[in-house]
Order: sequence, then C-alpha cells, then structure tokens
Amino acid sequence: MNQYPLWKNLLILAVVLVGLVLALPNLFPQDPAIEVRAQDGELSAGAIAEIAAAMENADVPVKEIESRDGGKALIRFATPSAQLRGQAALERTLGDRVQHALTQSPDLPGWIEALGLQPMFLGLDLRGGIHVLIDVDMEAAVEQALERYTGDIRTLLRKERIRYLTVGHQDGRIAVRFRDEAQRDQAAKVIRSEFRDLEVTTGSEGADAYVYGNLPPAKREEIKDFALEQNITTLRNRVNALGVAEPIIQRQGERRIIVQLPGAQDPARLKDLLGATATLEYRLVDTEHDVQDALDGRVPVGSALYYERNGQPILLKRRVIVTGDQITSAAAGFDQQSGSPMVSVSLDGQGARQMRRVTTENVGKPMAVVFIESRSVTRLIEGEPVKDRVRTEEVISVANILEPFGRRFQTTGLDSSEEAHNLALLLRAGALAAPIEIVEERTIGPSLGQDNIDQGFRSVLIGLALVVIFMALYYRVFGLVADVVLVVNLVLIVAILSLLQATLTMPGIAGIVLTVGMAVDANVLIFERIREEIRNGSSPQASIHAGYDKALSTIVDANVTTLIAAIVLFSFGTGPVKGFAVTLFIGILTSMFTAILGSRALINLIYGGRRVKQLAI
Amino acid sequence: MAHAQILKQLDIDFLGKRRIAAIASGVVMVLCLLSILFRGFNFGLDFTGGTVIELGYEEPVEVAEITATLAEEGIADATVQYFGSNRDILIRIAPQEGEDASAKLSDRVFKLLDAEADTAVELRRVEFVGPQVGEELREQGGLAVLFALIGILVYVALRFEWRFAVGAVAALMHDVLFTIGMFSIFYIPFDLTVLAAVLAVIGYSLNDTIVIFDRIRENFRKMRKGTVIEISNRSVNQTLSRTIITSGTTLLVLLALYLLGGAAISGFSLALIIGVLIGTYSTIYIATAAAVWLGVSKADLMPIEKEGKVVDDRP
Repeated sequence: MNQYPLWKNLLILAVVLVGLVLALPNLFPQDPAIEVRAQDGELSAGAIAEIAAAMENADVPVKEIESRDGGKALIRFATPSAQLRGQAALERTLGDRVQHALTQSPDLPGWIEALGLQPMFLGLDLRGGIHVLIDVDMEAAVEQALERYTGDIRTLLRKERIRYLTVGHQDGRIAVRFRDEAQRDQAAKVIRSEFRDLEVTTGSEGADAYVYGNLPPAKREEIKDFALEQNITTLRNRVNALGVAEPIIQRQGERRIIVQLPGAQDPARLKDLLGATATLEYRLVDTEHDVQDALDGRVPVGSALYYERNGQPILLKRRVIVTGDQITSAAAGFDQQSGSPMVSVSLDGQGARQMRRVTTENVGKPMAVVFIESRSVTRLIEGEPVKDRVRTEEVISVANILEPFGRRFQTTGLDSSEEAHNLALLLRAGALAAPIEIVEERTIGPSLGQDNIDQGFRSVLIGLALVVIFMALYYRVFGLVADVVLVVNLVLIVAILSLLQATLTMPGIAGIVLTVGMAVDANVLIFERIREEIRNGSSPQASIHAGYDKALSTIVDANVTTLIAAIVLFSFGTGPVKGFAVTLFIGILTSMFTAILGSRALINLIYGGRRVKQLAI
Repeated sequence: MAHAQILKQLDIDFLGKRRIAAIASGVVMVLCLLSILFRGFNFGLDFTGGTVIELGYEEPVEVAEITATLAEEGIADATVQYFGSNRDILIRIAPQEGEDASAKLSDRVFKLLDAEADTAVELRRVEFVGPQVGEELREQGGLAVLFALIGILVYVALRFEWRFAVGAVAALMHDVLFTIGMFSIFYIPFDLTVLAAVLAVIGYSLNDTIVIFDRIRENFRKMRKGTVIEISNRSVNQTLSRTIITSGTTLLVLLALYLLGGAAISGFSLALIIGVLIGTYSTIYIATAAAVWLGVSKADLMPIEKEGKVVDDRP
C-alpha cells in the first residue's frame, strides 16, 4: 500500500530536475558590462578588435568581449569602476561610430547559455531605471489627418480648376464652400473619386453650397492605430539613440505606450527627449505681399503670418517645400563661417527632388526654416484635469537661396549647441505622429533597487526559515517532508519565472512570500486529516491513504478560488500589481503539484510498502 | 502518542455565540462604513495623482530647510519628511495647479535641491501620477474587487449551494470592509499594493471558508444524527487546528515581510495581516452562520435526488 508506480516517481523527479536546471542561471552573479552597437548596421570583426585595443591602451581590465546577435558586442568587466573607465575609453576612441549602453549581464557557463537559459527578469523597482506611461493625443492625430485632407483637397481643386470659396474642417468634418451648386457637384465628383476613404456628401447653407467630407469610423480607428504604431517606432528610435540597453517599449490599451529604461540615470533629459516633438519645415518667404497688411488682418491667400525668434513678423508661403518627415539623417555641428551651432540635414529622394525643383526656380529669393514644437499638457484647473494643446511655430532662420541645392544642406539659427544636438537626434529618430504626454513616471535609483532586492530576499529567507522550523517541530517526519516540498516549490516558482521571463517586481516577491505561507496549507490539511484518521483507529497506512484522498477536493476548491482572485488581479492590475498576480498564480499551481504529488511521493518512499507501527506525525 | 498538538479533540460551541458575534460584527461594520464615508482614505499617490521624490543626502539635513526652499519656489502643498534616517528625505507634492501638474515638476525640484545642498544628492526614487491616471486607477480598483467577488460567488454557487455562496460572499465583503475600514479609521496610506493585498485577502479568506464548508458538506452526508448547528459546530472544531496552523504560518511570513520587507510593501503586508486575522473569524461567524441562518439543510447537500430536491426548494 501507498506506493507510487515507478513512472510517477520518475515524472516527479524529472519535473524537479528540469526546475533545478531552469532556476540555475539565477545563482550566477551579474557582471557590469557595456553593450556596443554600430551607429548603423552591424559591428564588424575589425571593430571588435578595435574595441579590444582601445581597452588595452587605456589599461582597463576586460573580462571578455563577445559578439552578440544583431551586430552587437558585449564587453564584460570585473568591477563597476572598470566598467566606467571602459566607457570613457570607448567614447574617446570609437565614440563617433558606435552607440553604447551600460548594462549588467549574468556570467553564465557556456552550457547554460547554449541551452538558452536566462535568469529571472527583474522589474525596474529591483534593478533601478525609469518607467514612464505615455498618453498619445489621439484627437490631435485625427485633427492632423483632417488638416492633411484639407490641404490635399485644396490642391486637387486648384489642379482641376474648380473654383471654391473656402476649405476647412470643424468638429471632425471637412467642409468645402462653393458659390453655386454646379461647381459643388463637379467638385464632389472629383473629391469622391480621388479620396475613396472619405464619406462625401453635399448640402447647402443659406446661399452657399457645401461639400462635406466625413471620416468613417473605421478610417478614424486606422488613423489612431497608425499614429500609435508610428509613435512607438519613433520612441524606439529615440531610445536607441540615447543608448539604453534592453529598453521596453510597449503599447498598452488604445492610447497608451509604456517605456521602460532599465538602469537609466538621467530622468530629466530622458523625459525631455521622449516627449519632444520638435521638427522642421522649409517654406518660401512671401515677398510679393506686405507684412504690415497681414498684421492688420489682411493675410493674402496662400500665405501665413509667422514670427521670428526675435519677435519680428514675417509672411511665409503656405506650401511646405520639405517637412521633417523627409529628413533621413541629421547631425549637429558648428557652421564653419559664423561658428554658430547648426544641424546638417540629408533628405530622402522625394524631399531632395522637391527641394531641388523649388530652389532652382527661386534662386535669389529668401527661404525660411520653421521650428515646430507641439505639446499636449494636462493642467489642473480648479482640481479638474484639462487637456491643452500648445503648438509653437517659430522661424529660426531666413536665408537667400544662393544656388539650387537638393539632398544635403545646413540649417542654422539655433540657440545653443545643446539645442542643435537634441534637434539632430529628434530629426534622425523621425517625428511623432501625434503629440504625447507623460502621465505617469516611476524612477528608481540603482541603490534603492539593490536595497529592494536585499530586503525582498531577506524576508523570503526568514519567512521560509520560520515556516520550515515550525513544520518540522509540529509534524516531525511529515513536517520535514512538507519542508522539502516547500523548498522545491520555491525552486519551481523561480524556474517558471525564469522560463517565462515574466517580470519579477517587489510586490512579486511579496507574492512569493505569501505563497510560502499558504503553500503549507495543503500539507496541513492532509496531515490533520491523517491525524484524525489515526485517532479514529485506522492503521497507519490506511490513515495516510485516507488523509490524502479526503483532503484533495478541499485543496483544489480552496486553490481555485485564490486563482480566481489572482486572475482578476492580473487583468485589472497595472505594473507592480501584475507582478504580484503573476507570482501568486504560478505559486498556487506549483504548490498544488509539490504539496499533493511531491509530498505523497516522499511519504510513500519513507512509509510505503512495509509494515509501519506508528507514524511520526 | 506524543503528538505535539496544540489542539486535541475540541468541542467549543462556536455557533452558539453567533448572535453576539453578529451584533459585534454589525457594530464594527457600521463604524467602518461611517469612517469610509465621512473620513475617507489616506489615498496614496497612485489614486490621488501627484509627485513623490525620495532623496539621499550624504550629510544629515533639516526638513524645515527643504520645506522653505520649496515654498520659496512656489511649490505648495509639499510634505517633507525623513524616510528611514535623517539623511533620507521623502517629499510628497499634491497635484499642482497649472503647468506644474506635469512630470517635469520632479526635475525642477531635484535641480533646485541639488543646487541648494552642499554635498551630492542622490535621486533615489521619483513617482509621478498624472491626474487622469489616478482617476482611472481608482475606478479600476473598485471594478477589480467587484469582479473578484462575482467570480467567486459563481464558483462557490456551482460547487456547493447558493446558501453557501451567499454566506461565503457575505464573509468576503465583511473582510474587505473591515480591512479597508481599518485603513480608513487609522488613516494608514492606501496605495495600489494595498489594493492588491485586499484582493489577496479575498482569496485567502475564501480558502478558509471553503475548507469549513467542505467539512460541513461531508459531515451532513456522513452523520445521521445531529442538528444543523451541531454538525456545523463539529465541522468548525474538526478543522480548527488546521485553521490556526495555516493562519499561523501565513502570519509568520507576513510578519517577516512587514518587519524586513522595507517601506515599499509595509502597507501591503499590514493589509494582509489584518485580512488573515479577520478572515479566520469571518469564516466561522459570518460564512457559516449566514449559511445556517439562511436555512441550509441536510437535504441541500445530499447527492442529487431530483424529485426530493424540487419539493424541498418550494416553501
């Protein structure tokens, strides 16, 4: 009686062994390291040799340089100070060609690495870093799309030589005003055939005839979706340019993006660069009309009034020659003649063609560079959050076109070299499709992260020790069995967390601690049952059998309800709470396995299949 | 046998005192409700929005100086306090009117205090929650508790019987109300982790309830004699040592967590400690008593005899 078949014992043994192997990577210490990436493309073998030489020249002890997937290399150091010196050496020698980021990497033996095993993924509250939740201004994205449509419709009508009075949009609808219905119907036909995704209707108000363009809901969703995806791409480019190892950029829900930058140190600069929307536009200056007339309210059709940084008004053509989207690369520097900060810019094919055509036609005429920044800001006004959109457009430079140019040129007029630097970075990364706002930030300094790890692990160990001692004293041999499976349970939790690469957070550690307390519950239920059976006069073997049998349904019922709570927590919780739900969920599943099957297997090995007079329980 | 046993065969008349317990619970519930309604919660940053900054100084600093520096710069409603030692400072800033409602406020404060200090200042932690997010988190939190209760109600009703389900959920609501009531009465900071703990309390307390219900069901089927009260009492007594030991081990680890886990999760551990204690009580005096009061009977739990059940269900 009370013997498991061999296959069952082997199965349990196999699970435990696999768990041990999966949990193993967590035992190895983390090396301070630098991740190196080529500015564009992959690192060559030559570059790696160069890095090695640079470290040797600077007298920085290097543990190992290994090349990684995706054209990256990882330089390992023995100490954090060597890591910092290594970073300085790298900046001096290859600084202009590679991007690098400080990171940590576990020093795993080859065979573990070959199996693709990794330690648990620590959350930012444990390793330090910056977490921001970004809200994408979807209304602005739709408005920008409407703005584009109005511009395109204006161009189309002009091309088709259909006379219109005004084109504009209001309340999410485009309205084109005509003098009579004949023109209107003609225009409606043209617009309908050109813009198939618009719902085009006609109508009249008073003496005027109108064509309306509505965005169908599906198109609206598409625009929003695109804006969000585009923003994620842009943010990823920016984060990469900043040199952060293992960044996480994820969509959350319909309009939010999570950005997590482990180990990042300077939240102020990061937030500035993440949220910035600075971009450039190149326009011709309207020299045919008088600025004073425009200031008096008579802005000529096809032109718009702008201001320079010194407050000087200037009239610019509405038509944009090139926008920031068409800039493929940008680098900050100083103008050789004036010595002032500048950004040198390269355009893509289409942008270059447009620029060449316009500059060829307008040699000798002035061209202006407009610096555009739009932000969404939530202000608290009498306790209520109110969303505001601020758009600043400033003319940063006006210069005469001396000769036609195309792909590459310089833009000056920037306030400082820092502004030039940031602008170049933003232009390289591409523009945001819709303004964003940081609505939540959680930054944890590296020392606090380490404190959290230490405190967390100490409380797990001490909690575990208390329970282990109590169980051994109270249930003797059975208690020791419960202790063994409790430790195995912990190993399995760590193994599954490592396997899933689920994020371990401080509340997650709390979840593990709680599981330790509750995992013994199943064993307590079983052992109390066995004692009861003994009191009722059953034989030791029969008591063991009945104890496990009768407690089973109770254990399952009790755990399923806790699972429900964990699932609800997971689906409603954010960040830290989710971490708790994950460990609680995993902990319940593993504890059912270890407490029921695992402990039974051990008890069977100890007492099963022989005559037992008394149980040490 | 020399068992190390805390409790041998016991026969305590738990349910005999159910009326006293019901009155006591009722009074406490009313107090909790009144406090929640009129005193409210000491909501943490997660729910109110605002900014929290933790700074580490190399030398001891004066709280008053920092408060004065902030006030000079027009940052109102800032609470400055020591956090652990007199070199660690925690600054809480309520949501500000106007432009300072953004994530940039923390940069401004850090720059300001860093410039003001003689030695290096370490930025240990920044938390900023925008006003719109705080509101969402409050809503989601309420919904989470509601959905957990509904899910559990359904599961218990399917596995047992509706009277038990009602009893179990009554006990859960009692525990939730008591736990958050304590946070309201003693005005302990209530943040997201506390909410997570409240949901864990729901799971834990139910665990306890199910164990006893399971035993009652078993005993109803097994014991031929005895009234509902007697059988329920017997079941509570039979599971009592398990209840005490499990609560005990859970409380042991929670105490370790509360004392050693650091400030970040002390609210969490406290909520669970309160919840585990009250959950044990409510299992007996709310869940079981409610089922008894609703008229649970042997016939309800017998293996299905269709005709008998239909008749029984009709008054």
